[in-house]
Amino acid sequence: MIALENVTKRYGRQAVVDDVSITFGGEGVTALIGPNGAGKSTLFGLVGRLLQPDEGRITVDGMDVASTPSSELAKVLAVLRQDNHVAARLTVHDLVEFGRFPHSRGRLTLHDREHIEDAIGYLDLGPYRNRFLDELSGGQRQRAFVAMVLAQDTEYVLLDEPLNNLDLRHMAEIMRLIRRMADELGKRVVVVLHDINFAATYADRIVAMRNGIVMADAPAREVMRPDVLAAVYDTPVDVREIDGKPVALYHG
Amino acid sequence: MLTDPTSTESGALPSAGLHRSRLAASWASPRSRLTVLGAVVLALTAGYLFTDVPGSLAFALRVRGLTVIAMLVVATAVGVSTVVFHTITQNRILTPSIMGFDAFYVLISTVIVFFSGSAAFLAFDQFALWLIQVVVMVGFSVLLFTWLFGGKRRSIHLMLLVGIVLGTFFRSVTEWMQRMLDPLDFQVLSDAMFASLTRPDEALLALTAGLVVLGCALVAPLLRTLDVLTLGEPAAVGLGVDHKRVVMVLFVGVSVMIAASTALVGPILFFGLIVANLAYSYAGSFRHVWTLPAAVLIGMTCLLGGQLVLERLFGFGGTLSTVIDFAGGLFFLYLVLRKGAR
Amino acid sequence: MGVLIGVLLVALALTGLFVGVSDVTPGSLSRGGAGGDAAFLLVASRIPRTLAAVLVGASLGIAGLIMQMLVRNKFVEPGTTGVSEFATLGMLVTMVFLPGLAVVGKMGVAAVFGLFGTWVFLRVVRVVPVRQLVLVPLVGIMLGGVVGAVTTFSAYRLDLLQSLGQWSQGSFATVMQGRYEFLWIAGLMVGIAWFAADRFSVVGLGEEFATNLGLDHRRVVAVGMVVIAVITAAVLVTAGMVPFLGLVVPNVVSLIIGDNVRRAIPWVAGLGAVFVLACDLIARVVRFPYEIPLSVIVGIVGAALFLWLLLRRRSRAH
Repeated sequence: MIALENVTKRYGRQAVVDDVSITFGGEGVTALIGPNGAGKSTLFGLVGRLLQPDEGRITVDGMDVASTPSSELAKVLAVLRQDNHVAARLTVHDLVEFGRFPHSRGRLTLHDREHIEDAIGYLDLGPYRNRFLDELSGGQRQRAFVAMVLAQDTEYVLLDEPLNNLDLRHMAEIMRLIRRMADELGKRVVVVLHDINFAATYADRIVAMRNGIVMADAPAREVMRPDVLAAVYDTPVDVREIDGKPVALYHG
Repeated sequence: MLTDPTSTESGALPSAGLHRSRLAASWASPRSRLTVLGAVVLALTAGYLFTDVPGSLAFALRVRGLTVIAMLVVATAVGVSTVVFHTITQNRILTPSIMGFDAFYVLISTVIVFFSGSAAFLAFDQFALWLIQVVVMVGFSVLLFTWLFGGKRRSIHLMLLVGIVLGTFFRSVTEWMQRMLDPLDFQVLSDAMFASLTRPDEALLALTAGLVVLGCALVAPLLRTLDVLTLGEPAAVGLGVDHKRVVMVLFVGVSVMIAASTALVGPILFFGLIVANLAYSYAGSFRHVWTLPAAVLIGMTCLLGGQLVLERLFGFGGTLSTVIDFAGGLFFLYLVLRKGAR
Repeated sequence: MGVLIGVLLVALALTGLFVGVSDVTPGSLSRGGAGGDAAFLLVASRIPRTLAAVLVGASLGIAGLIMQMLVRNKFVEPGTTGVSEFATLGMLVTMVFLPGLAVVGKMGVAAVFGLFGTWVFLRVVRVVPVRQLVLVPLVGIMLGGVVGAVTTFSAYRLDLLQSLGQWSQGSFATVMQGRYEFLWIAGLMVGIAWFAADRFSVVGLGEEFATNLGLDHRRVVAVGMVVIAVITAAVLVTAGMVPFLGLVVPNVVSLIIGDNVRRAIPWVAGLGAVFVLACDLIARVVRFPYEIPLSVIVGIVGAALFLWLLLRRRSRAH
């Protein structure tokens, strides 16, 4: 499990993550939701050791993120940030190969190659494996990055807003994929989402943040209540049941 | 374009991808491309060493051999450091020398001329001068680095900009001093401010070569990590790269190499830019295993070819580096404006 | 604050009139009368010099401000974008091919080169993917470095290095009646900038925004480019390169009163003038009776201020 103990991160005087203690990353899919500026991405940055907390301790399966070698953590925890921009011209295959770096330090073994093939196959990227990333559509590129993370072969997979800049169809495609990764491959996926209904449909558990603190941490159905969502987003949200699933309505 | 993931396997053949790989196969692998380049460099070396010998072959070989070694040292230092610098800054139109290394080189020379005159400057112990320059340059860059990159919020671009601002500061002090020199002293100084590859001091050449080898030794174990750095800091950290430490080591390597070669032959500003960018397109791979040697070999080709043309065709050999900087400048403009066209 | 700048401006200008190797004091003026040496010196040298400092400071500040609007980046000015270097190249070209050209002609050629430099930089900025705020000036400085190297190398080959240095190193020592008047052209540019201030404000919000408001984006950019190039060239032929001023002054003003161009223009002009007057005074006093080149003083003070702006920003940013 990923555990935060009294973690605080400040920019200037403002605490973006404010004394947060939480344990998450259980089996299945965990969605992290909240309004803009709630501290979701900062939280990911802290867990992914891109940022150092001002106070508190973060552990992944008991390993302290601050003191464990980065390369060891990379074997249990894969993080995909938003807006991945690569300056060099890489093919899909090149990119996915990088996923094996924590294991092989760049010298690929037969075992590594199997993982790469599996990841490419799992994301149906076979036909595009020799394409350059800048020749792909947004959805294909996002899948290529997910394939890299998958090839990393970690127990935990953290995805920061993977639906950014995707159209409806590709959003659904990525969400289905995340679900399959959890169900078929046993990955523990934590995903930052903007769309509450995607979170409700695909996640087992929802963590809701606002102003740097955790407002709710419960099974999806329990978070999908008008009072909880209204408190998180500071705007009236209605929740209806459609075909037995809770659906948030916030257009009224 | 994108088919449903469930149907792609049975979908149409990816003709574009196949076409590309066939094309790539016809123009050989990075390995054979580099072999061709290596052969060119060897041929040029032979051409430079053995043709048009005025007197004793042994003497010519000795003098020219030193020049070739100096070229190799400079090409290695500039090529490797520029490519590494591009990777750690995620930008292909910068060179490490903009950080004010040349400003220091000129400042130190100017200070000596200013306070003790051009005669004393010419008589100044070459080794001491070289040492002072290397120490000051490396010291400056390491200080800058630990100040602005060692802290909590790290930005390599900010560090560069601060370096440049300081460089401008030193440059204005230098200019002021130069303005108060008499014309003769100024002439001596300005001659020393342009790089010269021919007739290097043997002992200094050996020392410089040693430092460049040291720099390469710092970079070599990190070749594959460098590949990962092309993905950018967030992704590299996610893949278990200790970004801060790795960038620190690479940066020290870059500084040492640039400082050593600048102190040996004088400032060469934009040579690295040409070499690195040609290497990216020639090597046909983003991997540093290929781009780094390609950059060195292309550097050698430019230096040897340029020297041959200038010396044998036009009869002036001492100005190669300035011609290269000139050409490098034009190439830089072409590079940024061509990107504009796209 | 506005009053403070005004008072400083007047005080520095008056002090400047009476500081120098020759004895010019209110006392000597009244003794000598209108035809005396002191009065001559005042009219021929001291007043032009003070006016030149005011015009240079004001117009360079404005050039920086407009450039920052056009590029939408706080860290640009003619000196960090290659414009000054292109103008210097223009100077070299006139020295080589048209040595007899009058100063106004030299300025014209330098302005044309500066204009080209502005165009190159804007084009580069448009296409180089810029995520990082500080990458823009880095690219500009690189561009300037390249052009500067070409200039230096050519000047070296042609034995013009030291005389080019005389031009490009800022100093008001040579400013006298009959030599500084070109700066009024720069002053005119400040007037144009003032007139078009609102348009620059809108352009600073982005091309789409500007077009949406019915503004001819290209034309406003073109006017801005001309203003920048002419100011750069006019300052170059009279006072040489004055680094960092166009960057530091608008940033300080923006900290005080925000980014509305119309409101900022008098402030930038006033503060720029104060800055140059003060630096010029320092340059004359520090090693009295010798003068230190203005660009050295401006370089030191400006570099310190620039570093402060950079690092301050860092602690606040995100």
